Amino acid sequence: MNPAPSIVFFTTASGAGYGLLLWLCVLRPLGLVPGGSGFGLVALGVATALVVAGLLSSTAHLGRPERAWRAFSQWRSSWLSREGVAAVATFVPMVLFGLSVLAGNGAAAALTGLLAAAGAAVTVWCTGMIYASLKPVRQWHHPLVPWGYMLFAGFSGAALLAALAGFWGQAAWPAALAAGLGAASFGFKRAYWAEIDAPPPAGTPTIETATGLGRIGATRPLDPPHTEQTWLLREMGFRVARKHSRKLRLLVLGGFGAAALVSLLAAFAGGPLAGLLLVVGAAAALGGLLVERWLMFAEATHTVTLFYTGEA
Amino acid sequence: MTELPPPAAKKLGLVIDLDTCVGCQACATNCKEWNTGGHLGPLPDLNAFSAGAEGTWFNRVHSYEAGEGEDGRTVHFPRSCLHCETPACVTVCPTGASYKRAEDGIVLINTDSCIGCGLCAWACPYGARELDQDEGVMKKCTLCVDRIYNETIPEPQRQPACVITCPVGARHFGDLGDPDSKVSQLVAARGGYDLMPEMGYKPVNKYLPPRERPKAKAASLDEAQPTPLDIKNPLLRWLDRALSR
Repeated sequence: MNPAPSIVFFTTASGAGYGLLLWLCVLRPLGLVPGGSGFGLVALGVATALVVAGLLSSTAHLGRPERAWRAFSQWRSSWLSREGVAAVATFVPMVLFGLSVLAGNGAAAALTGLLAAAGAAVTVWCTGMIYASLKPVRQWHHPLVPWGYMLFAGFSGAALLAALAGFWGQAAWPAALAAGLGAASFGFKRAYWAEIDAPPPAGTPTIETATGLGRIGATRPLDPPHTEQTWLLREMGFRVARKHSRKLRLLVLGGFGAAALVSLLAAFAGGPLAGLLLVVGAAAALGGLLVERWLMFAEATHTVTLFYTGEA
Repeated sequence: MTELPPPAAKKLGLVIDLDTCVGCQACATNCKEWNTGGHLGPLPDLNAFSAGAEGTWFNRVHSYEAGEGEDGRTVHFPRSCLHCETPACVTVCPTGASYKRAEDGIVLINTDSCIGCGLCAWACPYGARELDQDEGVMKKCTLCVDRIYNETIPEPQRQPACVITCPVGARHFGDLGDPDSKVSQLVAARGGYDLMPEMGYKPVNKYLPPRERPKAKAASLDEAQPTPLDIKNPLLRWLDRALSR
């Protein structure tokens, strides 16, 4: 599948924004991050900026961005519509949370924060389900996929929260969280790759079932229907990544591992060194995630290519 | 609404005979010709007169080789929307632009509310949907909804453009929900099948497999014998005839 930059950026940025929002709203009432309104507003501001930038970027992928508002109507059947509704609905408790933090009302901030955290989790789950619900893409139609979106949003959010808390000199808890989620993401991504690299299970479509010509024998394409490119093949037949997938996967694991390690160091180190380490950690986490998200698309194959190349 | 309508009795669709299809591309061409001015028209072409020409088509004709050696066959294979009974292209649509008609099961797009997100094309295993890159909206086969009910054209022509143009009669149109219809009987008689049934989309269109050919017999002994005409030397020819008596 074609890794459109607008979608790679959107899912990474808004995932990190929602993750940051979630951990801010969960850890703040527990007293595990700086409790002042200054930190609360800065963290909320960064989360909002990431979410809004991501959502705006996603409209760049549309053929008719001016009609994007229509996407809120079909939440009964469409995960994309549900994502849109959840994203917009989450802005309500986000604003209320910001006002409560500004007013210094701890109880109201805790309540609206929990609502915002729930909204963030639901939105990221919907994003994951957009991909997991697509049967023609074997690598996406997999039970691990939506959990991956949740885990990676939580990981990048925790790394960002830790980096911000570092400036306030109270980053031990979010840093420990980022280290744990980084290690989990490292293992999770390896497990996912092992799943999709395994031979496809029986019942996976082949050129023989796609054409029904398996009754005659092994089938291979002879003449293509057109000599030039089409939108369909550009969208579904992207092949570049498979050439470099080994190196790119190492880059992802390196980013996740480095973020986990420096977060762990920072959790114990404390002081200005911790602050510096956590900024490096957040950068490594986000960099690794951008490559991860690019690969998520580039390594995915669509059944339509069976008709063209005999492989998917 | 992108929720699917309750299953209808009427299931309009195509039956494509892979035995007779000659891969001439007439169906694809006439489809483009009619539909560029039809219900979901225009079907734009980019760089139409230079290198890298490409465009939006509803019908693409592939050719395959199936089987090995003497049993191998060349099969021409038109591919278009199958108007599935459970089309995910409809349910994934966030705007309600993609829909399946309750009355006859035709899957269509309302291009006035399509946002061009492309998710429906991702959801279609068969590659039936192509983006109109001029308008930024999705396009697909309409089963010539603007011909089959069109009372301003003579009744014999109220068929999809691909069906009436096929020079070998390899394409058939009808109600596949009615077991007594001509197309349903054809499917029953010829063992018509679904593409990628394991996807569970329940395509309405059916494909008729190439008929089995009689096996080529090994040349018989009689044929291996020389005939008098094969013997060029007149003396030997006379000898052969004399001795054959």
